[in-house]
Amino acid sequence: MRTLYKFHGGVHPPEHKEESNRLPIAPAPLPKRLTVPLRQHIGSPAIPVVKVGEQVLKGQMIGAADGFISAAVHAPTSGTVSAIEPHAVPHPSGLPDLCITIEADGEERWIERAPLDYRNADPDAVRLRLRDAGVVGLGGAVFPSYVKLNPGAPARIKTLVLNGAECEPWITSDDRLMRERAAEVVEGIKIMAHLMHPEQVLIGIEDNKPEAAAAMQAACQGTGYEVVVVPTLYPSGGEKQLIKLLTGKEVPAGQRPVNIGVTCSNTGTAYTVHRAVNHGEPVISRIVTVTGNVPKPRNFETLIGTPIAEIVQLAGGARPDTVHYIMGGPMMGFGLNNLNAPLTKAVNCVIAASPALFPPAPPPMPCIRCGRCAQACPCELQPQELFWFSHSQNFDKARAYNLFDCIECGACSYVCPSHIPLVSYYRFAKSEIATRDMEKKLAEQAKERFELKQQRIEREKQEKAARFAEKAAAAAAAKAAAAASGVEDPEAAAKKAAIQAAVERAKAKKAEAAAKAEGTGTPADEIPQGDSDPLRAKARAESYAPQGDSDPLRAKARAESYAPSTENNTDS
Amino acid sequence: MVFLGIVLGSVLGYASIKFKVEGNPLVEKVEATLPQTQCGQCGYAGCRPYAEAVAAGKAEPNQCVPGGDNVAKNLADLLGVEFKPVGDDQGSGPKPKQIAFIDESTCVGCTACIKVCPVDCIIGASKLMHTVIANQCTGCELCVPACPVDCIAMLPVKENIANWKWHYPVFEIKKAA
Repeated sequence: MRTLYKFHGGVHPPEHKEESNRLPIAPAPLPKRLTVPLRQHIGSPAIPVVKVGEQVLKGQMIGAADGFISAAVHAPTSGTVSAIEPHAVPHPSGLPDLCITIEADGEERWIERAPLDYRNADPDAVRLRLRDAGVVGLGGAVFPSYVKLNPGAPARIKTLVLNGAECEPWITSDDRLMRERAAEVVEGIKIMAHLMHPEQVLIGIEDNKPEAAAAMQAACQGTGYEVVVVPTLYPSGGEKQLIKLLTGKEVPAGQRPVNIGVTCSNTGTAYTVHRAVNHGEPVISRIVTVTGNVPKPRNFETLIGTPIAEIVQLAGGARPDTVHYIMGGPMMGFGLNNLNAPLTKAVNCVIAASPALFPPAPPPMPCIRCGRCAQACPCELQPQELFWFSHSQNFDKARAYNLFDCIECGACSYVCPSHIPLVSYYRFAKSEIATRDMEKKLAEQAKERFELKQQRIEREKQEKAARFAEKAAAAAAAKAAAAASGVEDPEAAAKKAAIQAAVERAKAKKAEAAAKAEGTGTPADEIPQGDSDPLRAKARAESYAPQGDSDPLRAKARAESYAPSTENNTDS
Repeated sequence: MVFLGIVLGSVLGYASIKFKVEGNPLVEKVEATLPQTQCGQCGYAGCRPYAEAVAAGKAEPNQCVPGGDNVAKNLADLLGVEFKPVGDDQGSGPKPKQIAFIDESTCVGCTACIKVCPVDCIIGASKLMHTVIANQCTGCELCVPACPVDCIAMLPVKENIANWKWHYPVFEIKKAA
């Protein structure tokens, strides 16, 4: 028996798991229209690779991963792309985001699905497969798995932790998945272990899911993976908390588990890894718990993109006294403000909330500094201090008190006798600090660009001045040289003579033409100008005035100034 | 006593040469507070000249228009003077962030805006249309008057999921029954 460690604090809210974990996972029917958001993961949103009106097959990539931290999205069924435009998405802001809408044709025609023999394949090829299959962490953070499953050379992974704790009340999707598809979850763990080469694999499951633990235990026979049953205490499913429980190691402030040689993944993610690698199926569906104020709470295997309103209908529809819907669990989830929003990879649970099940919070009272939040905080922070600094917008202090180590689990708000929604303040402070950091970074970049531009202008100015100075010096030197030698450069002299001759000829021509005009009675200014007169053209060509210098003196001066350079050319 | 005075005096003299601070450290601090928009709305040729003027006491700390009252307040704190709001009548927070947008169908490719952009974030070439690198634009508005065909507009940055922030929690206070 493994020694279990303890994490600090934690709370034990009513579990409410019984409602939805009795019935097996039911497949959800195919909806008529599916709306697939391009941003379903942390990092850059996927780039659409289909056009409106295009026919797509089930599992076809419709959004490609963009950049290092990104993942692909796929058509959940076969049909026609009817729109690529902003649509309501499940997000606390309630703002729309770019989505691809597909009208299902009902035929469910799959793309060609090819399994990948991961044991004999290049690990990078396996990771690419995961990226292009849109595999992301299904525990809630939706971090692209292919990035996480890349141990890198220096940071070797000693322990792979599989998170089956599912500590949030009401949610039972991982529970049912582990009970019914334990063998497939273990196949996925094998792929993860193959990519990471950990010394040990630990699967943490809370003791309120004995059936899931037993099923996983049976499936792990002969693999060396260890199923560890942990006591039910929220938030044991927090990544850092579960690592502490299982290994006794604490992730240092501001660092990630990989820094202490541990990687933690959700069991649901392991299942999708298995489907992607061994079956060639991208992530186009997930198991979602529909519970709360519905007559038939249950887990449904639902296609990504199904409107949440339809998912609620599957459980018999919300009872009339339902006032709002929660996406995720009651501790960390958020209120959905539009039921037209589609199911995404991040949605593990939809709760219909009635005043009876979720009584409205009493009005917040002043903080009495009782310290109960500090006792409950699983990150060993000082929530009352963080509240104080966030409330007064003293962001530097909030950061100094490790605000960014807060996992927003809500344990502090849960125990607060003054009913202060502490997490709301932390979220506000976190996003405000993040924005300011971003602005600061942009300001620094702007400054750098500004300075570079100034330098460039200065440099160009100097170069120009230097060029002029050089030219002037060269001209002066040539003149001086000519004056000193006393004789003119023969070539220049010849040219000069030619120009002089041309000028003379031109003058003669002009006089002749004038005389002629007088004779014929044509006004002088009507004499055809330009090269139409062959003689004139010849004179012009001879007079070295290709730039069209009409003033002979200027042409002469020019010829003089060019003389030194021709001399240089002949020398070299 | 005289000897001690000479010794200590020479130590101080040596230290002042050895540990001489180049430039005015206050300028750096003031500059770090400024938004680096390089817009010149303060009356100086950029953020650095303004920072130098503020540090030297030649300029008021409330002249930074894009920074708004936030920056004015931080500068007043830094300099230990009384805070005055930006401008005479507006005196509000910073302007909503705007970025330049070039209407590419109207652009004649004259490069006038490229020359005035302080942060080199307009790209294009002579007789070819220009475009703004949106995430590097500081919103200084210097390119707007430079355009001979009026094809540059300042567009406010809309709120979207990527730049959305959690709001400060506000609670409705109800009358006790």
